[in-house]
Amino acid sequence: MVVAAAPSERAHPVNNNPVRGTTLTIREVSHRFDLEGQPLPVLDRISLRIGRGEFVALLGPSGCGKSTLLRLVAGLDSPSAGSLFVEGEEIEGPDPSRVVVFQDPTLYPWRTVWGNVALGLEARGLLRTHRERIEAALRLVGLTGFINAYPHQLSGGMSQRTALARALVNDPTLLILDEPLGQLDSLTRITMQGELVSLWQRAGFTALLVTHDVEEALFLAGRVIVLSERPAQITAEIVNSLPYPRHRGDPYLAELRHEVFAHLGLDATW
Amino acid sequence: MSSVVDEVASGPKPVVGLLASPVARSLIGGLAAAATWLAVAVLITYWPDKPDSDWAYTDDLTALCGALAIALALGAVAGVWFAGLQRVRRASPWLIALALYVAAWETVTAKLGLLPLPFFPPPQAILEVVVDDRTRLVTCVLASFHLLATGYLLGAAVGFVTGVAIGWSRLANYWIHPVLRFIGPLPATAWLPLAFFVFPSSFSASIFLIALATGFPVTVLTWSGVAGVNSAYYDIARTLGANQRFLVLKVAIPAAMPHVFVGLFMGLGTSFAVLVVAEMLGVKAGLGWYLQWAQGWAAYANMYAALLIMALLCSGLITLLFRLRDRLLSWQKGLVRW
Repeated sequence: MVVAAAPSERAHPVNNNPVRGTTLTIREVSHRFDLEGQPLPVLDRISLRIGRGEFVALLGPSGCGKSTLLRLVAGLDSPSAGSLFVEGEEIEGPDPSRVVVFQDPTLYPWRTVWGNVALGLEARGLLRTHRERIEAALRLVGLTGFINAYPHQLSGGMSQRTALARALVNDPTLLILDEPLGQLDSLTRITMQGELVSLWQRAGFTALLVTHDVEEALFLAGRVIVLSERPAQITAEIVNSLPYPRHRGDPYLAELRHEVFAHLGLDATW
Repeated sequence: MSSVVDEVASGPKPVVGLLASPVARSLIGGLAAAATWLAVAVLITYWPDKPDSDWAYTDDLTALCGALAIALALGAVAGVWFAGLQRVRRASPWLIALALYVAAWETVTAKLGLLPLPFFPPPQAILEVVVDDRTRLVTCVLASFHLLATGYLLGAAVGFVTGVAIGWSRLANYWIHPVLRFIGPLPATAWLPLAFFVFPSSFSASIFLIALATGFPVTVLTWSGVAGVNSAYYDIARTLGANQRFLVLKVAIPAAMPHVFVGLFMGLGTSFAVLVVAEMLGVKAGLGWYLQWAQGWAAYANMYAALLIMALLCSGLITLLFRLRDRLLSWQKGLVRW
C-alpha cells in the first residue's frame, strides 16, 4: 500500500494500468440492529484503510456482520457509531461510484439484459449520451449475444455476469462485492473468479469483497481481513503478495490458507 | 377426427402421412364443421315449423346457417394454402358443438313447440330482433360502452394513483388507508339512491358508481403490489444513483404491474354489474335499460338478444384487457404459468 500521490500519476499495484480506484477509510465503526427492542450488536469498532486500486477480501463466519459492513460502505445504511470515508469525504448515502454486486443478482425481471445494464445510466439521465457504455460493459462480461434476453432465460452465471455489467457500466471507483459468486456452481465460480481478477486489473477500481470462501479470498485479494463471530471485530490481516495471474495450486496459497484457518479457529480440521 | 386418422392408418403409408399432417387435419376439421352447419340449415328449412306459429325469419336463419357452412368450407380449403387459417382447426370441435346446440334449440322450440312461449323463443326470433331492432340496439350498445369506458378508465386511473400513493408514502397510507378500509367494501350499488340524488344527471351518477366499483379493487391491488416489491430492487437502484421519482416510476410500478392487472380484471368484472344496475334503475339508455324495457313488454326475444350482445361486449372487453396484459407483461411468460 503506497500512500498519497495524485490518482492520475499512480499505477496499479499489480500492473501498470492507471488507477482510478478510491481510498476507503473505515474508522471505529460499530453497528447494531434493533431486534424487538433488544439491541443486537453486529459490528464492534472496525477500523480499516484500503488504498487505491487494492483488492481486499473480508472473510468471516456466516452471520458475522460482513454484509452489514458492506451496506454501510455502500451508504445504504448509516453506522450506529464511527464513520466511513471515501477519498477523505464521509459517506452519507449511496453513490453510483460505489456500486454493490449482491449475492443474489436481483435483476429486474421486467427488463431485458440490456435494460438491466442500462439501469444506472437511466437513473442518472446519462442514457442518451453514454449509450455505448452498455454495449462495452456487456462485451466485458461476455454477454453480447444475450442483449434481448430476459433474466429468467439466463443461467446463474449469466445472471451474475449481467449484475456485474450493471455495476461496471457506471465506471465505479469502488466495487463492492457481497459474495457475488456464492450461488454459482463450482465450475462457473472458478471461471468467474479469474474473470473478476482480469476485470479488476483492466478497470483499475478498488475492490472490496465479502466472502466466506477462504480459497476465493486468497485467490482474488491482495489483503484478507479476517473477522470474528458476531459482533465482528478484525482478528487478523493477511497480506497476499503473490503476483497475478495466480495459480490455485501455488504452495504459497496453501500456506496462507493454513494461516487463515488458524485465525478462524478451524486449524484442527486441517 | 382422430378416428378418421385411425381408419386410414391401415392404408398405404403416404396417405397416412398426408392425413396426419396439420394441413390435412385442419381441412378435415373445417369441412366437418361446414357439413354440420349445412345439416342444420337443411333441418331448419325442410322440417316445417309447428302449425299455427308464424316465425317470419325461418328462411333467414336457414340462409345464415348455410352461409356459415359455405364460409367454413371455403376457409378450410383456403387453409391448405394460407397457414394462418389453420389455427381455426382448434375451433372446429366447438363450431360443431354450437351447430348441434342450435339444431336442438330449433327442434324443441320452433319445430316441436315443447318449451312454453313467450319465455323460450326460437333462434329465428332472436335473429328477427337483431335485424329489425338494430338501430335501437346499436344506440344502446354505444350508450353502454360510453358509460362503461368513461367510468372504468376514470376509476382505474384514480385507483392506480391512489394505490401507488398509499403503497409508497407513509403519510398517504395513514390518511387514505382507513377511509379505504371503511368505505371500500361497501358495494358500489349501495350508493345508488344517494348518487342519483346528488349528481346533476343520471349519467354522471352512473360514471361515479362505475368508477367507484372499479377503483376499489384497483387501489387495493396496486397498493399491495407496490408494498410487496422486493426491497433489494430498491437497494440496487439506490446504489446506482436513482432518485425517489425513479424508484416509483421505474422500480415500484413495473414490479407491481402483475398485481395491478389482477385489480383491473376484478374492477372490470364489478363494473359490468354496476353498469347494468345503473342502467336499469336510472339511465334511460344502454343495454341494461333495453333489458328492463324488453321485460316491460314481455318481449323475451329482445331480452335474449340484448343478453347475447351484452355477453359479446363483456367478453370482448375482457379479451382486450388480456391482450393488453400480454403486451405489457410478456416478461412474465417464463416465470409463471401463462
